[in-house]
Amino acid sequence: MSYVPNTDADRKKMLEVIGVSRFEDLLDAVPDEVRLKQPLKLPPPASELELFADLRKLSRQNVPVSVSNSFLGGGFYDHFTPAAADFIIRRPEFLTSYTPYQAEVAQGTLQVIYEFQSLVCALTKMEAANASLYDGASAVAEAALMAAHATERKEILVTEGLNPNYLAVLETYITGGAYQVRSIPLGPSGQIEPEMLKKAISERTAALILQTPNFFGCLEEAKELEPIVHTVGAKLVAVFDPISLGMVMPPGEFNADIAVAEGQSLGVPISYGGPAVGLFAAKKELVRRMPGRIAARSTDAEGKIGYVLTLQTREQHIRRDKATSNICTNQGLMATLSTVFMSLVGKQGLLQMARLSYAKAHYTAALLESKGFKRVYPAPFFKEFALELPVPASKVVSRLRKSNIVPGIDLGKYDKKRKNQLLIAVTEKKLRADIESLAEGMSFFRPQAGSGIAPERKLEAAGQV
Amino acid sequence: MNTIVEPTIFELSSPGRTGVSLPKTDVPEPERLHSQFERKSELDWPEAAEIDVMRHFVRISVLNHHIEKGIYPLGSCTMKYNPKVNEQAARLPGFAEIHPEASEEDVQGALKLMHELASFLAEIGGVDVVTLQPSAGAQGELVGLLLMRAHHGGRKNRKRNQIIIPDSAHGTNPASVTTAGFETVQIASGADGRVSLEKLKEALSERTAGMMLTNPNTLGLFEKNILDICRLVHEAGGLMYMDGANLNALMGIVKPGDLGFDIVHFNLHKTFSTPHGGGGPGAGAVGVKAFLEPYLPNPRVEKIDKKGKDWYRFTESKKSIGKVHSAFGNFGVLVRAYTYIRTLGAEGLSEVSENAILNANYLFARIKDYYDVPYPGFCQHEFVLSGNRQKAKGVRTMDIAKRLLDFGVHAPTAYFPLIVPEALMIEPTETESRESVDYLAEAFIQIAKEAETDPEKVKKAPHTTPVGRLDEVKAARDLDIAYHK
Repeated sequence: MSYVPNTDADRKKMLEVIGVSRFEDLLDAVPDEVRLKQPLKLPPPASELELFADLRKLSRQNVPVSVSNSFLGGGFYDHFTPAAADFIIRRPEFLTSYTPYQAEVAQGTLQVIYEFQSLVCALTKMEAANASLYDGASAVAEAALMAAHATERKEILVTEGLNPNYLAVLETYITGGAYQVRSIPLGPSGQIEPEMLKKAISERTAALILQTPNFFGCLEEAKELEPIVHTVGAKLVAVFDPISLGMVMPPGEFNADIAVAEGQSLGVPISYGGPAVGLFAAKKELVRRMPGRIAARSTDAEGKIGYVLTLQTREQHIRRDKATSNICTNQGLMATLSTVFMSLVGKQGLLQMARLSYAKAHYTAALLESKGFKRVYPAPFFKEFALELPVPASKVVSRLRKSNIVPGIDLGKYDKKRKNQLLIAVTEKKLRADIESLAEGMSFFRPQAGSGIAPERKLEAAGQV
Repeated sequence: MNTIVEPTIFELSSPGRTGVSLPKTDVPEPERLHSQFERKSELDWPEAAEIDVMRHFVRISVLNHHIEKGIYPLGSCTMKYNPKVNEQAARLPGFAEIHPEASEEDVQGALKLMHELASFLAEIGGVDVVTLQPSAGAQGELVGLLLMRAHHGGRKNRKRNQIIIPDSAHGTNPASVTTAGFETVQIASGADGRVSLEKLKEALSERTAGMMLTNPNTLGLFEKNILDICRLVHEAGGLMYMDGANLNALMGIVKPGDLGFDIVHFNLHKTFSTPHGGGGPGAGAVGVKAFLEPYLPNPRVEKIDKKGKDWYRFTESKKSIGKVHSAFGNFGVLVRAYTYIRTLGAEGLSEVSENAILNANYLFARIKDYYDVPYPGFCQHEFVLSGNRQKAKGVRTMDIAKRLLDFGVHAPTAYFPLIVPEALMIEPTETESRESVDYLAEAFIQIAKEAETDPEKVKKAPHTTPVGRLDEVKAARDLDIAYHK
C-alpha cells in the first residue's frame, strides 16, 4: 500500500488537464541516461497484518527496561510517566501539524511552546527558554557556541564530570571554528575543586560547562564555583537533571548564564535514546543569541491574545549564513509531551518524584555499602552513583544479566581506567524488592576485606537519620 | 480589554490539586540533602487535576490545522499523510522502552532494524553507506559538510574552505556552512531557475570544498544539467552534496548517487512519512559513497556472522568526524520510516514519487492562469508561483496565504525561495486525492478573483480562524516569552 488515493481513472483525467498523454512526459528535464531501468531492490511490500507481526517479532529481540530489573542511566532515565501524556501527543492536531508558520491556524502548537518555555523557566529559575533542541548533547554544544559568540572567546572549559556523549558531540560541533576544549579533572570527592578551576580558567575562557549532578552522580558546589567563572568574564553553562530540580538547587539560583539538559525524563519514552528533547534556557540578556525557535504572547487587531514565533531574525531562513545556529526542525512533539507531563505532575509531583528517587538511590547505595562495596566518590549525590568493584564491571553485568538484572553502566566503556566501576541509577519506579535483588546479585562480588562495621548496623544507620 | 481563547495551564492551577499519583516510599528515609545543594525557591509549576490538564490541551489542540483536517501544501516540507501503523510500531515496548546503554545482546532487534533501514536508504539514494545518527535535515547538512572537511584533509587545509550554494537554496544550507566553519559562495540561478553552468564555472576554484544542491530545486525544477554540474565540481576537486528535502520526487525515477552526488541526506520526516509533530522530531540520515565511509559519525551498526547466525554490533572508525547525538539518533523516527518502507516496497515508493509529481503538475495546470508563473514548464513534486499580479491590486502574498486559511486549507510556503518576488511555494504531496487538489485549486482561483473584485476581503483575512493576524512587532518588542503571575 502506498497511501495514494488516486486511481488510474483519476490519473488519466489529471494527465488530460495537464495536457500530456503519459506521466513520463512530465519528466522531460530528467536526463535519460540516469533514469532507473530497474525497480529499486527493496523487500516486497508487506500487508499491515504481516508487517506488524514481523515488527513485533523484531521488537521482542530487544529487552525493554520494563522487563528487566534495570539500573541504567547516564543521561536517559526510566522515570514514571502518567498515561494521559501520551494520549495528548497521539492527537493528529499535535502529531501531524508542522512548525507554526501560520500562527492563526497553529495556536495549539504555539501555546504549547509558550507553556513549555514557561515551565522550563520555572523549573530552572532562568528567564528565557526556547522551544527545544534535539537532545542533551546538542543543547550542550549549542550552549558552548552561544557562549563563545557572546564572549568572543574561543576556549571552552569542561569537566571530567561532563557526560562523555555530550563531550563527544561538543567536539564534533566545534570542529567548524578555531575553538579549544579543555577539561578539568574531578577532585577526590568527585567534584570540581575551586582551586583547580581557578588555575584552569582565564580571560580566554568563553564558558565553563558544569554538569551537576555530574556524570558520576555527584552534586557540584556550583554556588562556590560561580564567582570564579564570572570574575574572568566567562559564562557559566549549567547542565542539569530536570527531575532533580524538584529538590536540587536550579541553575538560576546559582547564577548560571545558560542552563541545558536532556529532557527525556520529563515523560519522553527512552526509545533507545531518541527522539529525546534538549532543554535550553538562558538569562534574558542572551535571548537574541539563543538558537532554535521561540514563541511569544501577543494580540491580534481585536485584542484577542494569541501566540507567534518571535525573534525570527536570528534564524537561518532569514539570516542564512549569519544565523545564530543552523537548527530548524527541533523536537516539537517531545516538547509537547513534556509540557503535558510537567502540567500533570505539577509542583507537588515533581518534588515527590525527586524525593522518591533520592531515597531509593540512597537506600541502594547504603545496601551495597553494607555488603562491603564502596562508592567511587564520597560527594553528595541525587539518584545516581558510581560503585567501585573488585572485578571488571563487564563481568558483573554479564553475570547479573542471567538473573534478569541490569546493574548499571560499565564505566570502562568510556574510560579504560574505570573498568572496575559501575554507574548505578535509581528512579522512583524501583521497588524495594528490585533494589534488594540487585544487592543480592551483587553480593557474589562483595569485596573480601571487612569494613570494621557490621553491614546491618551501617544500613540501619542510614535509615535512622 | 484583551480577550482570551484559552488561558494558560498556569492560570488553571488551583493549590493542592495534582494530575499524578505516586506511591508511598517503601525504603528508609535517607539523610537530608545538604542545604547548599537544595532548591530554595518554590517550584512555580501548575497544580491541576488530570481532567483539567486533558481539557486544556484538547481545547488548544483543536486550534491547529493538521494533515488529518485538510491539505497542507507547504512547499519543501512534504506534508504527506502519516500512516498510523508507524505510530503503533514505534510504541511497541521492545522499541519504545530500550535503553541506549543496554548490552548488544539485549538490542539485537533494534540493531537489525537500523542496519536494514540504512541499507534501504542506501539503495534508494544510490549511495554505499548511510549513517542514521543526525536528528534532522540541518544536522545532516552539518554532518555532510564535516565529511567534506575531513575528506579535504581536516582543519589543516585552510585553502579549500568554500561551499557553493545556489541562491534558491534553503536557509539551513548557508547556516550549516557557517556552523561547519566554511564560507558560503552564493551563485545566482540562471534564467530558467536552474544552476547556471557559467556562474558555476566562475565560482569554482582551488578553494572549492564542495557544492550543496537541492534536486529538484526549491522551484520544483529538476536540475537538467546535473551531470555537468557534478562533473565540473568534481574536476575542481570539490564534492557534491544533495539536500534531500525534495527526495519525494525522485524515488524509483533516479538515484542521487547515479547523478554524481557524493553525499545525500534523507529527511525521514518528509519523504518517509514520519509525522512532523508541530516542529519535529525529524531524522536526517546521511548517505555517502564508499570513499567517505571512514569519516561517518561513530558508531555505526554492522552485521557479522556469529557461529553461522547473523549478529549485529556497533563499530567505530578512527577517522570519524565524531558523534552528533547523545545516543544513536532519533530511533523512534527510524522505526516509523522502516515500517513505511516495508509497507510500500519498491513499487509503492515509485508510486509515491509519480503521484507527487502528478498532483503538483495537475494543481499547477489548474491555477497557473490566475497567478504569475516565474518558471514555466513542467514541475516535479512542487512548484512556485508569484503573487506579483495581485500585488498590483494591493494584495500581497501574505494576504493570499492568510485568505487560504479561511478555506480550511494550510497556506503554502510564502516568500520562499527568495529569488521569486511574492513567492508561493506549493507542494500538494501524493497522499492528496484529485478532489482534494481540486478543492485547493478552487480556493486559489477564488482568491485570485477576489483580489480583483474585493481586495479588502483578502487583505483582512483570515476571517474564520481562532485569532486574527497577530502583532509580530509587539511580540518582539514586549518579548513575553514565559508566563509570570
